[in-house]
Amino acid sequence: MGTLDFLLQGLLVAAQPMNLLYALIGVTLGTAVGVLPGIGPALTVALLLPVTYQLDPGGSLIMFAGIYYGGMYGGSTTSILLNTPGESSSIVTALEGNKMARAGRGGPALATAAIGSFVAGLIATLGLAFIAPYIVKLALVFGPREYFALMVLAFVTVSSAFGDSTLRGLTSLFVGLTLACIGIDQLTGQARLSFGVPDLLDGIEVTTLAVAMFAIGETLYIAAQGDKGPDKVEAVRGSVWMSSMDWSRSWKAWLRGTVIGFPIGAMPAGGAEIGTFLSYATEKRLSKHPEEFGNGAIEGVAGPEAANNASAAGTLVPLLTLGLPTSATAAIMLAGFQQYGLQPGPLLFATNPQLVWGLIASLLIANFMLLVLNLPLVGLWVKLLTIPKPWLYAGILLFATLGTIGANPSVFELGMLLAFGLLGYVMRVFGYPIAPVVVGLILGPLAEQQLRRALSISQGDITVLFTSPIAAVLLVIATLAFVVPLILRARGRGEVLAQLAASED
Amino acid sequence: MNKGNSPSVETRRPDRAALIIAVVLAAIAGLIFWDVSRLTGLAGYSQVGPTTVPYAIACCLIVLAIWTAIEGLRGDFVEREPQQLGPVAWVVGGLVAQMLLLNTLGFSIATGILFALTARGFGKRQIWLTIPFGIAASFLVWAIFAKLLQLSLPAGPLERLLF
Repeated sequence: MGTLDFLLQGLLVAAQPMNLLYALIGVTLGTAVGVLPGIGPALTVALLLPVTYQLDPGGSLIMFAGIYYGGMYGGSTTSILLNTPGESSSIVTALEGNKMARAGRGGPALATAAIGSFVAGLIATLGLAFIAPYIVKLALVFGPREYFALMVLAFVTVSSAFGDSTLRGLTSLFVGLTLACIGIDQLTGQARLSFGVPDLLDGIEVTTLAVAMFAIGETLYIAAQGDKGPDKVEAVRGSVWMSSMDWSRSWKAWLRGTVIGFPIGAMPAGGAEIGTFLSYATEKRLSKHPEEFGNGAIEGVAGPEAANNASAAGTLVPLLTLGLPTSATAAIMLAGFQQYGLQPGPLLFATNPQLVWGLIASLLIANFMLLVLNLPLVGLWVKLLTIPKPWLYAGILLFATLGTIGANPSVFELGMLLAFGLLGYVMRVFGYPIAPVVVGLILGPLAEQQLRRALSISQGDITVLFTSPIAAVLLVIATLAFVVPLILRARGRGEVLAQLAASED
Repeated sequence: MNKGNSPSVETRRPDRAALIIAVVLAAIAGLIFWDVSRLTGLAGYSQVGPTTVPYAIACCLIVLAIWTAIEGLRGDFVEREPQQLGPVAWVVGGLVAQMLLLNTLGFSIATGILFALTARGFGKRQIWLTIPFGIAASFLVWAIFAKLLQLSLPAGPLERLLF
């Protein structure tokens, strides 16, 4: 069967009433958390994991993906109206979008962001559907050493290639890898780093770590900044409809943003932010109105917003076809698959096509839902921005602890939640990135397993890791991704990389 | 505690905080070496066993510790913004209270206290109002998640009284 047949079958799965409901819940929650500053899709999926233990796997995963897409839409609203990006991937949108809102053009800014997100989401999801089968075929020739090399590449790009410090990125990664060692060794059954504590034998729960780092760490950090006065929310003035001028300036930017964002999301490069910055730079260079950049140029909203949605879809390519998460949200979605005993990768397409194609098709449907949620109903979301901080963060902690208590109502688990929350706070204070810890914890055991398999096959001969052409190429790219930024930073060109920092989403 | 304006970290060179971080990283590496050295044998014919990867991680941590220490001594470790520790203490206090009270007083009361103390950390001072509000909100959440979605959330006197 061809991709189209699979996709049509997937649409049948996705169109089941329960799955439509899950998708609707997902996109609504996703938009809400995207709008709210301080919480993002990674955290929301982590919070929902324990709650969805008993639900149907397909439905839950459709919901998680909806949250991911919704978060990308919602983040733009906050950037445009509040000038405080709700998501790290909407930082660029704030540059031009907020200027437009101040100039009374908030309506068209929101519209171009929403329609651009829709166009990009649609094209990129179709891209996902048509590319995935090819990568699956490629992945079938991957052995343990190729997978290991791929994971090394993901480790390097997530931790040290972007961001403002190789040292701090790597430190975060190795903290995550250390945490990943805790518990019973998968291959020999020996307890490692558990110090006789029975609660540690199962290892550190991904959800506990993610919720602690993202929700509690962030809450503590915001609390420690003190009261800086209320943020100013720009009212949506003017029509949300775009003039024909706006359309003609937007559509090319949407398409270019999609073309830039999708491959960047699909590469193990981490985060949607990079694509948005590249798209912004491209639009600035190509624009016929360069003087408007910095004062509210509509291309500067249209391009980056399209890019961030396209890269969200792109991130699903390595996640579904290789089981390789390249962003924190994808990492936690991987934990979601594992919760149901499913391992994303080429085999999943063979063993569970209903689930995979249902998921992909539901993303197409989710895109239509998001367009409706974000254009006519935008006024509703704006109200979320007026929740006072004490209630907002008290509520966030209520739900953050709810998830952990629901999974394991023990004092020990809550103690870990608090300890990791404090760790997340201290890391934020000293500028350590958070995503590498989460990715390290999830990917660490998989990488170790592949490494030990590869070395068992070769009877301990380490050179085997470099002698396969695919693995060698991947490792060379990983080395370049490690060394080149080091040299750039040493020469004082680091600020470009700092801007491309991949953070939580 | 009420004001909590004192800046928590002084920026001086060499950077003391960076040195502390370096020591902590080295200590974690030492802990890994100590713990993993107890696991013996089992490397088998491939010479890679459960100890290989932890040892590699520990070695990398030591390198990172030295690197951090060098940056700290040079004084080019990251710059920090002053932190207000008062609000942080309130939020942490709320989490500790919830952790200790959860299994005796139940989800609603323990989480209600967390709610109120967090709000206090963000500037809502009327604790006599926020605690009852927090308990009511938590109870509603408990009812939805424990009764409707069958999540196992610990019940306390309040939950038993009403269900």
